[in-house]
Amino acid sequence: MKAAVVVFPGSNCDADTLHVLGNVVGMNARYAWHADTSLDDVDLVVLPGGFSHGDYLRTGAMAARAPIMSAVREHADGGRPVLGICNGFQILLEAGLLPGAMLLNDSTQFRCEWTHLRVESTDTPCTSAASNGQVLRLPIAHAEGNYVIDPDGLAHLHDQDRVVFRYVSASGNRSPKTNPNGAIDDIAGICNQRRNVVGMMPHPERASEAELGGEDGRAIWESLLAAAGA
Amino acid sequence: MTATSAHQPPSDETLREVALTRDEYHFAADLLDRPPNPVELGIIGGMWSEHCGYKHSRPLLSRLPSEGPQVLIGPGEENAGAVDIGHGLAIVMKVESHNHPSAVEPFQGAATGVGGILRDIFTMGARPIALLDSLRFGPLDDRRGRYLANGIVGGIAWYGNCMGVPTVGGEVYVSGAYRGNPLVNAMCVGLIEHSQLTSAAASGVGNELILVGADTGRDGIHGATFASVDDPEASHRGVVQVGNPFMEKLLLEACLEVLQTTDAVLGLQDLGATGLTSSSVESAGRGGTGVALHLEHVARRASGMTPYEVMLSESQERMLVVAARGRAAEVQEVFTKWGLHSDVIGEVTESGLLEVIDNGQPAATLPIGMLTDAPTYTYPVERPAYLDEVGPIHLDALPEPEDPTDAFLQLLASPNISSRRPIYRQYDHMVGANTVIAPGGDAAVLRIKDTPLGVAIATDGNGRTTYLDPFVGGAAAIAESARNVSCTGARPLAFTNCLNFGSPEQPAAYYQLSRAIDGMAAAARALETPVISGNVSLYNESGGEAIWPTPVVGMLGVLDELDRRCGAGFTAEGDEIAVLGAGRPRLDGSEYLSVAHGRVSGCPEINLVDEVAVQRLVRELIVARLLSSAHDCSDGGLATALAESAFAGGLGVRAPDLPILGRLDETLFGESQSRIVVSYPPLAAAAVAAAAATLSVPIRPVGKVGGDRLCIGPIDVPLAQAEPVWSQGLELALAGHAPPG
Repeated sequence: MKAAVVVFPGSNCDADTLHVLGNVVGMNARYAWHADTSLDDVDLVVLPGGFSHGDYLRTGAMAARAPIMSAVREHADGGRPVLGICNGFQILLEAGLLPGAMLLNDSTQFRCEWTHLRVESTDTPCTSAASNGQVLRLPIAHAEGNYVIDPDGLAHLHDQDRVVFRYVSASGNRSPKTNPNGAIDDIAGICNQRRNVVGMMPHPERASEAELGGEDGRAIWESLLAAAGA
Repeated sequence: MTATSAHQPPSDETLREVALTRDEYHFAADLLDRPPNPVELGIIGGMWSEHCGYKHSRPLLSRLPSEGPQVLIGPGEENAGAVDIGHGLAIVMKVESHNHPSAVEPFQGAATGVGGILRDIFTMGARPIALLDSLRFGPLDDRRGRYLANGIVGGIAWYGNCMGVPTVGGEVYVSGAYRGNPLVNAMCVGLIEHSQLTSAAASGVGNELILVGADTGRDGIHGATFASVDDPEASHRGVVQVGNPFMEKLLLEACLEVLQTTDAVLGLQDLGATGLTSSSVESAGRGGTGVALHLEHVARRASGMTPYEVMLSESQERMLVVAARGRAAEVQEVFTKWGLHSDVIGEVTESGLLEVIDNGQPAATLPIGMLTDAPTYTYPVERPAYLDEVGPIHLDALPEPEDPTDAFLQLLASPNISSRRPIYRQYDHMVGANTVIAPGGDAAVLRIKDTPLGVAIATDGNGRTTYLDPFVGGAAAIAESARNVSCTGARPLAFTNCLNFGSPEQPAAYYQLSRAIDGMAAAARALETPVISGNVSLYNESGGEAIWPTPVVGMLGVLDELDRRCGAGFTAEGDEIAVLGAGRPRLDGSEYLSVAHGRVSGCPEINLVDEVAVQRLVRELIVARLLSSAHDCSDGGLATALAESAFAGGLGVRAPDLPILGRLDETLFGESQSRIVVSYPPLAAAAVAAAAATLSVPIRPVGKVGGDRLCIGPIDVPLAQAEPVWSQGLELALAGHAPPG
């Protein structure tokens, strides 16, 4: 499976993501530069975490207008998988590839900590090998992960089974205490209508090796590999 | 401003602005054989400031051991020191203060402190892999104290998180001694192959100097000189710089890329204190050359800037690159790719001079050697009288706690004992995908990808101990930071340090500085950990009161095999708990004495033979895979250390029959150096005891891991009750709420 990790000025999880894709789960992974205009050769595009353009203006706003984003859009239009992690999710929102927006965390602070996610839909290339209701332990690291969407938009997400991950407790239960940022409906990740574009705030690339404290992130990569093989 | 205006001797006010004494002015004029002009005076003042020239501390610093087979680059040679960790790899590290700016504008002051120390590391060609921050705050029941503390933490988070360098450790300590003068010491650790280490020397006549990054503005002029006088409130207004971490991230990536993709870069030097002045002078000093700067080529943020302002601007996120003659364009191409502006602003000369030229007119002409060799001062070392007043404590006058459990909970809630999570969860401590032991333990552990190695890093420095006995405090800063590293199983290799003291012109502060350095030197020799870099921050006082003398040590250790490591948390029900080490717990200088009795007094002690032995023992036990946990027994004493291991592991302690040595409060809450709380399976007990006997280290049984309560002698409290008290203590204090209980 060929994968590209897009590097924007200020991306800072690009190397971690490339490491996991290439060295840990064995994809054929390379970087793509924000000023490039083509992604023809790849099966998977990952927009990594970080502070693209310093989060200036709005998180993801400037990166969403980079030349590479036309190629990302074409890739998505072709039905091939796109995964946005953290700042990558924010970029997908700003690019209009996913609906909704991000607000500052309700704590008003950056939060770096482990969270638990419940897989709410296995009908995406990022969750196809997981089971419905499976609880994954993944870390977050963001100041703006407080997802918001208008009531109609939220209803669409529900009706179309497009909430992919929710923040829950270790035992899989939702509560205000286990929502780390105030996101509406405890949403941690969503997909587009075609289901091939997924955005998520937590970092699966930080939880793919046992010595870093957990391997639950592999569920995402194994799903992508399985989806590509299918 | 031209050279002709210099013939009048400068006024007292002018000299104060450039932080020179009249004697120093005359000395400079004698060296030049003419009076310096105003631009030259500013340059001399900057280079001779304590911040750049170490004029009060240099003679004392030479007492620290700086040699060892592991040392690749020692103190003062480059922007940071470098130490060999094996496998052809080196760790580059340094700690630096940003106390004065943070006292005035905490968010930007702390943020630019992080930015500065990062540049010191990637200037060496190394990729920064970790940040640590050693912080000292004034009381948090004070509105301004909270403003400073929250601003400082916010600034560190803002800058470090954006850079994508994990903040993995540090310490926080709260005391009235830091009211109005908080300490912000930022440490950065970088990784590099030996062969890639890059110098900051400007060598090779005709080679070109390229200024890269941010434009030069009027911000931060006189930052170095004002960090070298007291009263930050009065001095720093308008001179605190504003950071741009995004620009620095681009600078980092571009600098590392240009070093990898071309051989046209001969040297890199960041612009820190005194900006273009020290960066060009220090580069030329290292190269044994001269430099000519053409100021009209320096891109500016403001119009009408004078040569004086351009030379002394401390605008952040700038770098000076020495490129081979005729190859500036290929270097600039990489910076352009990363969206960074760059200009050729000068060249290396053989003159041995700093020649500053503005539109063809000489603005300053000074010998490099004169600038890099600041006059030094030494004073007599006289024991100050206060040491007699804070001497021995009289235990008879101190009642034992009526309810030990209440006293324990009160201690757990102290902002100096309670969980640091409210701070470190604001820092991205995982980015880089190397963090194996995250903040909250004794030392952070990072893996080194593609090798079996790990590195352990800890900072330490106890101002209260150093205040009570500067020698013991200095020694303890080395010993405890090394002990923290040893508790993970890592072998301490070398240290970096930041010395935060009051005015060296005051006899008490000079005594503290001198004796603390002696203590550090003794401990560093005993533990075979040389110094490889450091920084000095003097004149830390406000309202006439000096801070507690606070030497901060950043210790690096190496794990030859990452999977032979140990954490601080208990791991298994039924494990035995013991204390390793000869230290006898005493209330002298303890947190308990301060919290329960409101006293700062006593005579802290350290025995370096015991210290070396207990660290060696714990490392041997970890490497032999005998231990389940190891945790330094320090602030708050044995009861606190047991609680911390219990909270980290989510397992209780069964030690109702804890042997009481001396007084109950000494046993439970007394502090001493050289003690480590360990747990191990009962099957390992004989092997642990045998190893301890071989090294003649006393081992005292405490009890067992298990249950859901903390039963420690007469203390008996459910984990579920004690844990929130500990986890919320600092959080509530930072939010302005009184601690619970």
